[in-house]
Amino acid sequence: MFPAPRSDSYGKPPIMKARVTVTLKTGILDPQGKAIEGALRSLGIAGVASVRQGKVFDIEIEGGDPKKAEALLKEAADKLLANKVIENYRVEVVG
Amino acid sequence: MKAAVLVFPGINRERDMARTLKLVSGTAPTMVWHAEHDLPAGTDLVVVPGGFSYGDYLRCGAIAARSPIMDAVRAFAAKGGLVLGVCNGFQILCESGLLPGVLMRNENLRFICRDVYLKVERSDSPFTRGYNAGQVIRVPVAHGEGNYIADGETIARLEGEGRVMFRYSSPDGMIDPNWNHNGAINAIAGIVNDKGNVLGMMPHPENHVEAAIGRTDGRGLFAGLTEALEKVA
Repeated sequence: MFPAPRSDSYGKPPIMKARVTVTLKTGILDPQGKAIEGALRSLGIAGVASVRQGKVFDIEIEGGDPKKAEALLKEAADKLLANKVIENYRVEVVG
Repeated sequence: MKAAVLVFPGINRERDMARTLKLVSGTAPTMVWHAEHDLPAGTDLVVVPGGFSYGDYLRCGAIAARSPIMDAVRAFAAKGGLVLGVCNGFQILCESGLLPGVLMRNENLRFICRDVYLKVERSDSPFTRGYNAGQVIRVPVAHGEGNYIADGETIARLEGEGRVMFRYSSPDGMIDPNWNHNGAINAIAGIVNDKGNVLGMMPHPENHVEAAIGRTDGRGLFAGLTEALEKVA
């Protein structure tokens, strides 16, 4: 007798976890980062030289091919997640 | 004039815009939902109104710029059709690639809702023919992200090609940091694309068109557009 396959994963492609990090390009003024920097100072957290605010997208990708996943994430970042006029991005497939 | 006003979820200035277009041109515009793939036949002006499309999620205008109707707007603009984007509409046009640059958070981090003075830089465009070059108009702004920036090369090209249509100014037309309320580079309030048929601006001319409201400074833009389009037709 074989055990019955788990119904939640049976027939479904594997899922890979990935992360896209979007940051402001150097030289772009970041008023929000500046405000956070000021708030940290007023909290007495010493030693903060500067703050730049960015965004993190945790994305689940169907399939098991990290190369394909990376290409897909780059396309997503180019087309929507980042505005390349002001932002850079980094793609990581965590596995 | 056969105007189409685009409607996205979260937009809230589309009725002001429609009302103004009807009042000034005499013809009511067609409201076009973002999920449509085509503009109404015979459209000669597309207006992208202000508001908070998709709650400003991701970046202001980013998600609206990727909606199906925007492909039709890009095709319309490529054929020389007139496109006007106001406030969130300006942000959407930048995000959709129809205009260069981006609207960042206001320098002082505040949402600014008040009247501002604009210097009209030139009058030889379908959008500004209702004004004189150098004229100062007073219209309202209402935005948190109106701080226009672009890379140095783009700014040099915009300035060199005379594509800045409106700048924040003092009541007598001086360009002064004290009157540049959102910190926009070169006090830029409105620009056109390289062909001059797509205008994006942060202020709301559609809100100053009736004496009952107090001022009519915004009327010139819509009157000029109406004239320009009727001359063609």
